[in-house]
Amino acid sequence: MAEYSALSLLTNALRGNKDWKPAWRKPDPKASYDVIIIGGGGHGLSTAYYLAKEHGITNVAVLEKGWLGSGNVGRNTTAVRSNYLLPSNTRFYEHSMKMWENLSHDLNYNVMFSQRGCLNLAHTPGQFDDLARRGNAMRHLGVDAELMSTAEIARLVPALDMSASARFPIVGGLMQPRAGTARHDAVAWGYARGADRRGVDIVENCEVTGFLRDGDRIIGVQTTRGEIRAKKVAVAVAGSTGRVMQLAGVDRMPIESHVLQAFVTESLKPFIDTVLTFGMGHFYMSQSDKGGLVYGGDIDGYNSYAQRGNLPIVDEVMSEMLALFPGLARVRMLRSWGGVCDMSMDGSPIITTGPLPGMYLNCGWCYGGFKATPASGWCFAYTIAKDEPHAFNAPFTLDRFYRGMVIDDKGQGATPRLH
Amino acid sequence: MLITCPYCGPRDVIEFTYQGDGNRERPQPASQDLDAWNAYVYDRLNPAGDHNEIWQHSGGCRTHLRMVRNTVTHEISSTGFARGDHNAAARHKAGGKS
Repeated sequence: MAEYSALSLLTNALRGNKDWKPAWRKPDPKASYDVIIIGGGGHGLSTAYYLAKEHGITNVAVLEKGWLGSGNVGRNTTAVRSNYLLPSNTRFYEHSMKMWENLSHDLNYNVMFSQRGCLNLAHTPGQFDDLARRGNAMRHLGVDAELMSTAEIARLVPALDMSASARFPIVGGLMQPRAGTARHDAVAWGYARGADRRGVDIVENCEVTGFLRDGDRIIGVQTTRGEIRAKKVAVAVAGSTGRVMQLAGVDRMPIESHVLQAFVTESLKPFIDTVLTFGMGHFYMSQSDKGGLVYGGDIDGYNSYAQRGNLPIVDEVMSEMLALFPGLARVRMLRSWGGVCDMSMDGSPIITTGPLPGMYLNCGWCYGGFKATPASGWCFAYTIAKDEPHAFNAPFTLDRFYRGMVIDDKGQGATPRLH
Repeated sequence: MLITCPYCGPRDVIEFTYQGDGNRERPQPASQDLDAWNAYVYDRLNPAGDHNEIWQHSGGCRTHLRMVRNTVTHEISSTGFARGDHNAAARHKAGGKS
């Protein structure tokens, strides 16, 4: 019987809810494992889950320096989409989208995946043509995409300023109907419980402070809770990639860590029932089930490991919001926070074996890692188990920059702050 | 964040453009050393702590700055002109001085 079901809810309610088990244990780390995963965020936890579920590798530890879900998996703006231009990105993110569509059932945990669509706005005819091109590229690979006229957009999002006198008049948009949002904490908790029930040790408050080596080979880690050995050590630490790889003696990487801010307003009545992105700047917004508008914009634009940002970006994001929705001028912002993003040199991720023997690397998610959580863990687990990438992540190597095989969806070049 | 421009004094960060890791060395333009070009274009030092970086006062006097900024606290411990030591080619022109 599934652990969470209508029957278990009823029987536990009748017993006064005394018999629920914690969603994951709090084990002390063992001396050795088959696989150590550094980083107890979404990607690390989903990697552990798929290692156990798909590959039968259960002697696994996930090491998390803080508490579970304290990093980017709990700091993102929850959007899930697969509206990319380049085929290697489209295939990977569409694989992720298909996994999202069944994730709550697979995990027996309600991740509240809501396919409310994602609408990209165009503000010039040229931009509209560009969206049509992207939509065609998506449809060519079997992903859903629909161009929307201004009349359709005005019906879908009545609060938008659709007038010709708007600061950036809207001329159309591209909708991916299957895109949407998910409850990000539930994703972390669901994967953690699924991995834990299959025997994975999730060790919180366990910071990696160094790597154990045998010559070049990585054979384990030093942590604040002692030495732990493993045949395979996987790194999935997002914004902390620079820090952790430095401990392994890899000083230079095609990665910069940048801070991205996010914001939420006070609760409103139903205001917008899709994910909306602005085309004349970097701005995206959706409404949470509690009613708060959840939104964000660009990264601050300089290297940062601080999980907080500066005021100029706050100002810019608010002005973008008001350019689209003048009616929100008097809505109060409730909270803002920051997360550290691992910005890669082409805006695409890295899921690969190496760069040292015994090591596996998952990074470069820029600020789009949340939607990738299922496929990232699935592909990373495959790569760790088989010592070779799956076709979905084969393009996402570390040496693609050297080989000239960059995957630059935005066509921006090696300037991470612009991706 | 306030950045002290050597010409203009302390100014708000919005007047500046970030140009990234200041530890990279640009090969001579005629160089065919692929490793050196790859390192220059794609590899970055990404420390948590003091970081040597290049900025431009693009919304002001447009001078290029070299500064040391802490990436954890955002404190800036030194700023100065980037001129002359921004890349190997410039160093070469200046007679090998760094």
